[in-house]
Amino acid sequence: MEKQSIEQLQKICTQLRRDVLRMVHAVQSGHPGAPLGCAEFFVALYFDQLRHNPDFKMDGKGEDIFFLSNGHLSAGWYSVLARSGYFPVEELKTFRKINSRLQGHPATHEHLPGIRVASGSLGQGLSVALGAAQSKKLEKDDHLIYILMGDGELQEGQVWEAAMYAAHFGVDNLIATVDYNGQQIDGPTTEVMDLKNLKAKWEAFGWEVIETKKGNDLKSVLEGLEKAKSLTGKGKPVMNLLYTEMGYGVDFMVGTHKWHGSPPSDEQLANALGQLEETLGDY
Amino acid sequence: MSLDLKFTYTEKKDTRSGFGDGFLEAGRKNPNVVGLCADLIGSLKMGAFQKEFPERFFQTGIAEANMIGISAGLAIGGKIPFAGTFANFATGRVYDQIRQSVAYSNKNVKICASHAGLTLGEDGATHQILEDLGMMKMLPHMTVINPCDYNQTKAATLAIAEYEGPVYLRFGRPSWPIFTPADQKFEIGKAWKMIDGKDVSIFATGHMVWEANVAEAMLREEGISAEVINIHTIKPLDEEAILESVKKTGCAVSAEEHQINGGLGDAIAQTLARNNPAPLEYVGVNDSFGESGTPTALLEKYGLNAANIVKAAKKALSRK
Repeated sequence: MEKQSIEQLQKICTQLRRDVLRMVHAVQSGHPGAPLGCAEFFVALYFDQLRHNPDFKMDGKGEDIFFLSNGHLSAGWYSVLARSGYFPVEELKTFRKINSRLQGHPATHEHLPGIRVASGSLGQGLSVALGAAQSKKLEKDDHLIYILMGDGELQEGQVWEAAMYAAHFGVDNLIATVDYNGQQIDGPTTEVMDLKNLKAKWEAFGWEVIETKKGNDLKSVLEGLEKAKSLTGKGKPVMNLLYTEMGYGVDFMVGTHKWHGSPPSDEQLANALGQLEETLGDY
Repeated sequence: MSLDLKFTYTEKKDTRSGFGDGFLEAGRKNPNVVGLCADLIGSLKMGAFQKEFPERFFQTGIAEANMIGISAGLAIGGKIPFAGTFANFATGRVYDQIRQSVAYSNKNVKICASHAGLTLGEDGATHQILEDLGMMKMLPHMTVINPCDYNQTKAATLAIAEYEGPVYLRFGRPSWPIFTPADQKFEIGKAWKMIDGKDVSIFATGHMVWEANVAEAMLREEGISAEVINIHTIKPLDEEAILESVKKTGCAVSAEEHQINGGLGDAIAQTLARNNPAPLEYVGVNDSFGESGTPTALLEKYGLNAANIVKAAKKALSRK
């Protein structure tokens, strides 16, 4: 895939946000907040960083593989997959409807291209990503495994089983990113279950940790992912703490948990879309 | 008085050793076979494989949920992971991980579960899982296998390595008679009629197949002709074999080292109810946890030995 300019990538981010809002609005269900906050990450990954082939093969041999552990960001993932050629953009309109490949949470259901494992029940993705990373090592395939997790998701114990395992085996062909927005369904993470010092936690588990402080600034996100890549192959798993704002891009949605799992009304949708330019054409 | 057994044995061995030996052989046959274990390599008899293929073996530590996820990831990359631990930790502890990352995602993961059932013995009820077959057979995509002795477990292990899809393979701890042939061909989903009979069908799985073999001889001494069918595959269930046998005998007994609720007997009852309602008696654990004791003492106390199969067979016959 040809490298795109920051301006072009920015336009894709705007379109992704429009897609997410229209998708969850259409079925009056789903999770708009986190995918809005991760638009820059999704676009930087799929349109710049990932060495991948939209002509999808399950085993991902000879390409980088991405896993989404916090499956409720499905609307954002489906949008970036469609926009980068995995399946027709028009299929986004089937999101969460009966007989769709675009399940509420990602699934290998009817073999939707781009999805390699189901996610939704939280805390499982890092383990799966580690297995895929070790499979690459056995195959002597030097491509990378990427994974996105939520910060609230880190409250699941399995994540820390996987964290310990990754360092023990020196799984250094994996870049994990945490969507560090400080929000979860019931409220701010500091109130629900404080994550305290995440950087120190991951470091104590034996990971190389970088912080991307401006997770909604495309240039910073790209720099962070480049830096993370430069740290692979050195015997340690790599953690990218990505500071984002939930609901970023829509003024009345940003920075609150209230849009974690609630769809906008007709009026709210119109207001939100008015803030986001249609760049690639709506589905 | 010695019984005239149709199947006899000269040697006893644990079924987990059949798994360990089959696993090593599968690893030699196919370089994609890999192994994982959560700190029970010795108990699962996975040490020989680990020694021969250290780069293809992953000690996960005491972290079963992670082990299941890693297995799913390895399967995505084209590997054939055999993940081993005790049956309790391989099912109940990680049900959601199996459900989402393995069964729903249809990954080629082999969940290898030892120390199942009461015959685990002295460790007691915390470890004696009696619900695993039910949990696993309820999962779409999952194949569930419970072989009866060392030879059948080894054959089953080799067979699942060649089968594409999620599998739950259940075996056990105690030394047990080896009464099936070493060169048997294991066909997943195909029940094995071991003894022909005409009065009552005994459908047994796992260690209870030996007990059924003993029960058949005891019944024969009393002039009752029992048919013994080895249901090594709980799912997919060989409904055709079950219906054909019951059509002839008119009544049946199920025997399993598992809760009556949700086990093999329930699956057979469902098959009979839908196709050919006939009296069925259950030999299994009746809505209770186990306890510490020797395998023999436990099977006797919880009503799971040959004498209980004989009693159940007579009851089934009386209801015809």
